[in-house]
Amino acid sequence: MVKFNRFTLDNGLRVIVHEDKTTPMAVLNILYDVGARDEDPKQTGFAHLFEHLMFGGSVNIPSYDEPLQRVGGENNAFTSNDITNYYITLPAVNIETAFWLESDRMLSLAFSEKSLEVQRNVVMEEFKQRYLNQPYGDVWLKLRPLAYKVHPYRWATIGKELAHIEEAQIGDVKAFFKKHYNPQNAIMVVGGDVDTEQIRALAEKWFGPIPAGLKYHRDLPQEPVQTEARRQTVTAKVPLNSLYIAFHMPERTDEEYYTTDLISDLLSRGNSSRLYRTLVKEKQLFSEIHAYTTESIDAGMFVVDGKPLAGVSIADAEAAIWEELEKIKNELVENDELTKVKNKTESTMMFSEMSLLDKAMNLAFFELLGDADQLNLEISRYLAITPQHVQRQAQHLFSKQNSSTLIYLAE
Amino acid sequence: MLNRTITPEFKAIEHIKLIAPGHIRLENDCNFYWFNSGEQELVRIEWIFNNLRFNPEKPLLNIAVNTMLNDGTNNLTAAQIADAIDYYGAFLQVDYGFDHSQVTLYCLNKHLKHTLPVVKEVLTESVFPEKELATFIRNQQQKLQVSLQKNDFVARRTFNKALFGGTMYGISPEVEDYAQIQRDDMLAYFKQMYQPNNCTLIAAGKIDDDILKEITDCFGKNWTGNNVPDITQPGFKTSEQLFNYIEKPGALQSAIRLGTMLINRTHPDFPALQVVNTILGGYFGSRLMANIREDKGYTYGIGSGMASMKATGSIFIATEVGADVTRQALAEIEKEINILKTELISEEELSLVKNYMLGSLLGSLENVFSHADKFKNVYLSGLDFEYYDQYTEVVRSITANDVLRLAGKYLNFGQFHKVIVGKY
Repeated sequence: MVKFNRFTLDNGLRVIVHEDKTTPMAVLNILYDVGARDEDPKQTGFAHLFEHLMFGGSVNIPSYDEPLQRVGGENNAFTSNDITNYYITLPAVNIETAFWLESDRMLSLAFSEKSLEVQRNVVMEEFKQRYLNQPYGDVWLKLRPLAYKVHPYRWATIGKELAHIEEAQIGDVKAFFKKHYNPQNAIMVVGGDVDTEQIRALAEKWFGPIPAGLKYHRDLPQEPVQTEARRQTVTAKVPLNSLYIAFHMPERTDEEYYTTDLISDLLSRGNSSRLYRTLVKEKQLFSEIHAYTTESIDAGMFVVDGKPLAGVSIADAEAAIWEELEKIKNELVENDELTKVKNKTESTMMFSEMSLLDKAMNLAFFELLGDADQLNLEISRYLAITPQHVQRQAQHLFSKQNSSTLIYLAE
Repeated sequence: MLNRTITPEFKAIEHIKLIAPGHIRLENDCNFYWFNSGEQELVRIEWIFNNLRFNPEKPLLNIAVNTMLNDGTNNLTAAQIADAIDYYGAFLQVDYGFDHSQVTLYCLNKHLKHTLPVVKEVLTESVFPEKELATFIRNQQQKLQVSLQKNDFVARRTFNKALFGGTMYGISPEVEDYAQIQRDDMLAYFKQMYQPNNCTLIAAGKIDDDILKEITDCFGKNWTGNNVPDITQPGFKTSEQLFNYIEKPGALQSAIRLGTMLINRTHPDFPALQVVNTILGGYFGSRLMANIREDKGYTYGIGSGMASMKATGSIFIATEVGADVTRQALAEIEKEINILKTELISEEELSLVKNYMLGSLLGSLENVFSHADKFKNVYLSGLDFEYYDQYTEVVRSITANDVLRLAGKYLNFGQFHKVIVGKY
């Protein structure tokens, strides 16, 4: 149970306070309601590049990192296809420094040409390091456009290609800031050794004067229902063959999202899971195999990926995966097995409450979905799932016509 | 009117309070420490064992034994172990390290009575079935093939081998080495190593008397074994060749790793050298990051770190840079090290680093598990909590001259081992 208080400033900034007196630290987390899905198809990777530029100095503060380090704080950020999230941890006695820094960059950036030039290079090196110079690193650059033809999930957070980052101009940066970075499009969570009234006063002081800006209204093209199996085979400089099968799944706020999540646990969580036990241990067809969801807000992907052992053909490997998928469609899961994955979910949530930062991020994310209180109802949604739900949802998910299969063949 | 150009007032970190553990030495000579705190009804329990003497002829023995602990016992198959742990929502993890290897259980308190006996079974009755061993070998060989195509992985193992050859620290197995693993060797190794007098048991979480009793009932006098494990270690065969270039045609980036063997945590200079390391490459605002990422844009990230092992320590710098700027990046690294050795650090930068390090120590104490981790860091090095008092004192009082002196004493770029994987 994560307790919190909540208020909204006149300019529309939503603020959540989670008092946790067991730590001398505080966290300030700001979620901006913008991700790679909000990008222009001709300027992909921009939300993430922009995240880098948020550290290049703001209108009144030339260096973001330095004053924070001086008060014993640390910070980082991440961008996903859905959101951009910034966080600071620092000694709670110095919490005001976090308000000062975050409010100034919400007010306005410095928009330095030098910062843009350097961060373009840094992000291009990140692109190479994580996506191009690694075996299988480009999988998401291939699998996303195979599974999505219309929805902006068809490109990865890093962007479609290096050229999009290379071409980013300062004018684009300013326009993006204006459109997405204002109080109405942000959710702030402050947690740790703080008091709600103290945080309210600080929020009014530092964020209150920021103009509300325009509310961004998201209107993304929706992905049409897939009607035939898709398939792509690539020959690449990889040591082993590898295969990925992606299925379209429900959006984050759909009740069936939870069932889908549990199906991935049944298939792939822990050494007792079905795919590991059957395909790695018993039949000895794969050296590794995983099933997981992309945890997306809009309709995301359920992915099964695996590396067949040497001497196992792609056809046999694929058939073995489908055999397991057919099984979960055709046979009701035993109560014990379902209880197992529910217990796992329950304990994972309890362990995650040990982390102040996790709690703050989760509160922000659920507030974005509609209501931070839903965080505390998550477990009950999982516990309500029955074997019949699992079977029905597996039948929805696992059909050839809902699948996009990507095969890597070793050169 | 709010003046946004003025920094709000801030306070320096005064006092860092660590939770002292409870301790008993069990009848079987196992040392048991526990940290009781927190709201959630859960625990993390670690069984930590000293590694046996490394045998260069059988380099993978320790890894194989540790990794396969949950792969079958006299009474339970691998599948039954997994079922028993997963059913109760628990997590059973095995990890091997340079000096120690361990088993970790994460569990809700209400399920502990069901999961502890499984851990006991794993630690006393493991049999490493042939069929499971064959699976382990096959899968590890495939994993290694993938890792060997990652430049940073190759750079790390090449560097470690150059520094620490002939020991666990410098282990650098080839795909064929896995096929040499013998079950009989594993059984003998297991019997020597995984026994109470070679174990430190550390529990953290909400630990009341009932939980304490559950743990000691299971791992106290009912856990026996009195072999004397040989935990001495062979000496390092450090390579005389300082420069290692592994060319990867077509590489978009080069992995660079360089550094040298150094003092470990037990040496009085260690905390001060951590300050030097932090200035150089130990945080986002470090000189290496400021220059090579934030000014030149050569890389997504660069950092330096210090490793402290039982027998020695090391300092290293690691990065992946654009293949076309490998030489420039290396030259900038050398330049930054030389600046540390020849120019006094400004009071402004030094005070920032001091505050950052103390804040970072405070921030690393997030929950009761982190307190246990802090304890492990010192206890397993043969030190105690006084180390942190000394550490905070050194960080507070270190001067610009100390930094200059220590950099001069310990950082000799010409003597560093250097590994480049990619293009040069």
